Amino acid sequence: MNKILELRMIVPNMHLIKIEAPDIAKKVKPGQFVIVRPDEEGERIPLSVADWDQESGSITIIFIEVGASTSRLASLKPDDYVATCVGPLGNATQIKYYGTVMCVAGCYGIGSIYPVTKALKGEGNRIITVFEARSSYLIYWLDRFVGLSEKIFTITRDGSSGYKGHVKRLPDILHGLTQLPDIIIVNGCTYLMAQTSDVTKGFNIPTIVNLNPIMIDGTGMCGVCRVTVGGKMKFACVDGPEFNGHEVDWKEFLARRKAYMEEETLFFRRSEPKPKLHKEGKCQG
Amino acid sequence: MSEEKIEKTSKIDLDRTEMPKQPPEIRRHNFNEVALGYTEELAIKEAKRCLQCKKPRCKTGCPVEIDIPDFIACIVKGDFSAGIKKIKEKNCLPAVCGRVCPQETQCESKCILANKKGEIAIGRLERFLADWEAAQGKIDMPKKAKPTGKKVAVVGSGPAGITVAGDLILLGHEVTIFEALHRPGGVLTYGIPEFRLPKAIVAREVEYIKMLGVNVITDFVVGKTRSVDELLEEFDAVFIGTGAGLPWFMNIPGENLNGVYSANEYLTRMNLMQGYRFPASSTPVRKHTRVAVIGGGNVAMDAARTALRMGASEVRIIYRRSHAELPARLEESENAEEEGVIFNMLTLPVRYIGDENGWIKEIECIKMELGEPDASGRRRPIEIPNSNFIIPTDAVVCAIGNSPNPLVPSTTPGLETTRHGTLVADPETGKTTRDRVWAGGDIVTGAATVILAMGAGRKAARSIHEYLMGK
Repeated sequence: MNKILELRMIVPNMHLIKIEAPDIAKKVKPGQFVIVRPDEEGERIPLSVADWDQESGSITIIFIEVGASTSRLASLKPDDYVATCVGPLGNATQIKYYGTVMCVAGCYGIGSIYPVTKALKGEGNRIITVFEARSSYLIYWLDRFVGLSEKIFTITRDGSSGYKGHVKRLPDILHGLTQLPDIIIVNGCTYLMAQTSDVTKGFNIPTIVNLNPIMIDGTGMCGVCRVTVGGKMKFACVDGPEFNGHEVDWKEFLARRKAYMEEETLFFRRSEPKPKLHKEGKCQG
Repeated sequence: MSEEKIEKTSKIDLDRTEMPKQPPEIRRHNFNEVALGYTEELAIKEAKRCLQCKKPRCKTGCPVEIDIPDFIACIVKGDFSAGIKKIKEKNCLPAVCGRVCPQETQCESKCILANKKGEIAIGRLERFLADWEAAQGKIDMPKKAKPTGKKVAVVGSGPAGITVAGDLILLGHEVTIFEALHRPGGVLTYGIPEFRLPKAIVAREVEYIKMLGVNVITDFVVGKTRSVDELLEEFDAVFIGTGAGLPWFMNIPGENLNGVYSANEYLTRMNLMQGYRFPASSTPVRKHTRVAVIGGGNVAMDAARTALRMGASEVRIIYRRSHAELPARLEESENAEEEGVIFNMLTLPVRYIGDENGWIKEIECIKMELGEPDASGRRRPIEIPNSNFIIPTDAVVCAIGNSPNPLVPSTTPGLETTRHGTLVADPETGKTTRDRVWAGGDIVTGAATVILAMGAGRKAARSIHEYLMGK
C-alpha cells in the first residue's frame, strides 16, 4: 500500500501521479519502471518513472488512460492508496558522454525521458529534444526541457506547433542540423518508437527505445513481455526495457501489445450506454 | 517386518479408503477443490489399517521426517488435536503438503503395505488433520523461545521461505520475509490452481506464521528494491528462497505469436491475478475454445485442467515421450484424463503457425518413438522422419520447465551459481558461497517439489540458528 500524494490530469487523458515510495525513490535510475496496481482487483501495470525525490521519498509517474486499470488509477484521489507500487524494475539507461544526444518523446514518454535527459545533460552531452504529439496542447513539461536542451523541435499532427505531420518528419529536422546526433533515445508509444527507429536506420544513427509491453510480474517470471531483438528472444522486464530500436521485431511487438485490446476496452463498453447514435460515423439520432 | 509375516496376520486390510471427489463432469466446470477430504469416519477407518510397524519405513520417505505412525495412532484414538500437534512438530504446512506432496514416491511408497498395493493413505490423513484443526477455528500456538535479538531476512515467501521463517521465529529470532509479488505464498499462490490447493489454505498458513510474529513484506523485489548486500547491513543472516521462476521456451518458430503462453503466465493470470473471475477482476483473459498444453508434468496438468474450467471444449496435453514417462503425479494425470483432457503422447511441436493478426491457429507436430535410455534413465524420444502433422488450436501453454530466477544471483557479488543458474549451496546446511547467506528450494535444486523445498528450508534454519547462537 502506497499513499498517493498528488494526482491530476496534466493534459487531456494524461495524468501525473506522485506516490509515496521511499525505498524506490532511493534506488530508481533513469529508464527504469515500477509496477502499480490501483486497487485489490486491479491489474499490475508497468509504468515508467518520470521523476523522484529522495528527501520526501516520492516518485512521479505520467500515465495515459487507455484501459480498465489505468482508468481506475486515474479515478483515485490524493490521500488514497494504491494497492501495489513495486520497483524499481528493469535496467537503467546507460548514462555517459555520447556527444550529441537527441531525445525523441511523445505521450507519457515526455515524462519518462525527462530524467534520462537530465542525467545525460549532467554528463556533458549536448541535448536536442523532439516532441511529437497530435496537437500542441498535448505537450507538457516544456519548461523542464528548456534549460536542458540546446534546441527543442515539435512535430504535431495538426500543425498547431512546429512541423506538421508525425515522426516521419524527423528527417527534415535531422537534415537541418549542422551535425547529426551521436545517439537517439526514444520514449513513447510503440508507433513512435517503431517509426523513429525506421527513420534513423537510414541515417545510421544508433537508436535506443524503451519498450512498453504487457507485463504481469515484471521480474522475469511470466514471460509475457517477450520480444524478439536481433533474432533472439528477450524479456523486456529483465533484459530491457531498453533495446536497440534497429533490432526490435516491431511487427511482432505491435501484435503482442494489442493482444488484449478487446478485453481491455470491455470495461469502457460496459460502463457506458450503448453507442447507438453514432453508427457508422453517421448521426442516427 | 517381513512380507511373510504380513501374510500370516489375519486382519490386514489392503483396501485403501477412497477420498470423496467432485465427479469429473461437474468439477470440470468449476474452480472448487476436486478432492473433498476424508470425514472423521473415513479417516479413522483408514488410520486403523496402519500396522504401526516397530521400524516405520514411511518416516524414512518423508523429507521432513514426520512421525507418521504416531499421528496415525492419534487418529485411531480419535484424538485429532494430538495428531495435528504431532505433525506440526516437523511440518508447518500440513494442509498444503497433505494436498500437493507426491506421497506415492515418498512416505507411501515406503509403507510395508505398498508391496500389496494397499499402502496407507498418509497424505489424505495428514490433510484430514490439518483441515480438522482449521475447522475448529482456534489454533494452538506453540511456545516461542526467548528473543535472541538476532535478525534474519528471508527472500521469497514460497514453501522454503515459509519453513525457514516458521522455524527461526520459534527459536526466538526476529524474522522478516520479503516477497516480490503482492500476495505471499510463492508458487503455492501464483502457480498451483485453486481446484488443487485452495488459496484460502495458503492464506491461512501465511496468517499462521504472521501470528507467530514473522513480518511479511510484499511488493519488495530483493535485488532491485534492495540488494542482498544492503539486507546484510541490517540483518544478521539472509536466506534466499526465490524459486525457479524463469520460464523455458522451446526455441521454435512462432513462439511469440499471441495465444502462446508460458505456463507461468497462464497460471499467474488465473491464480494470482484471479483471471478466472474476469471481468470482475481486471487482468484480461482470452476465452479459448481449443487449448494445447506442451509438457507432461504437474504444471502441464494444472494448466490443462485450468483451461477446461475456463470453458475450452478441447484441451490436449502434447508430450514427446509416452504415457509411462509422464513426470506428473499419477493422481493428477488421472484427474485430467477423467475430466476429458486429450493426451497426444509421443508428439513434439516443431512450429507454431499464426493467422494474419498474429494469433496462433495451428501447431505443426512431429511423431516420436522411444529409443535407448538417456541420462535421466528414461527412453530417449526420437523423431520419426516425415511424420509431421497439424493440430489446429487457439492457444498454446508451454509447460516444459523453469530455470532459477537470476535477479538475486546477478545482483549479489560473490554468490556462486552453477551452469544451470542455480545457486551453489551445501546440501546439508544450505550455506552459499557468501558469508551469512543461505539458500534453499528450487533456486538451489532447480524446479522440484514443495516438500523438498521445505526440507531444504528446515536444514537451512538449523544451520542459521547454529550460526546465530554461536556468534
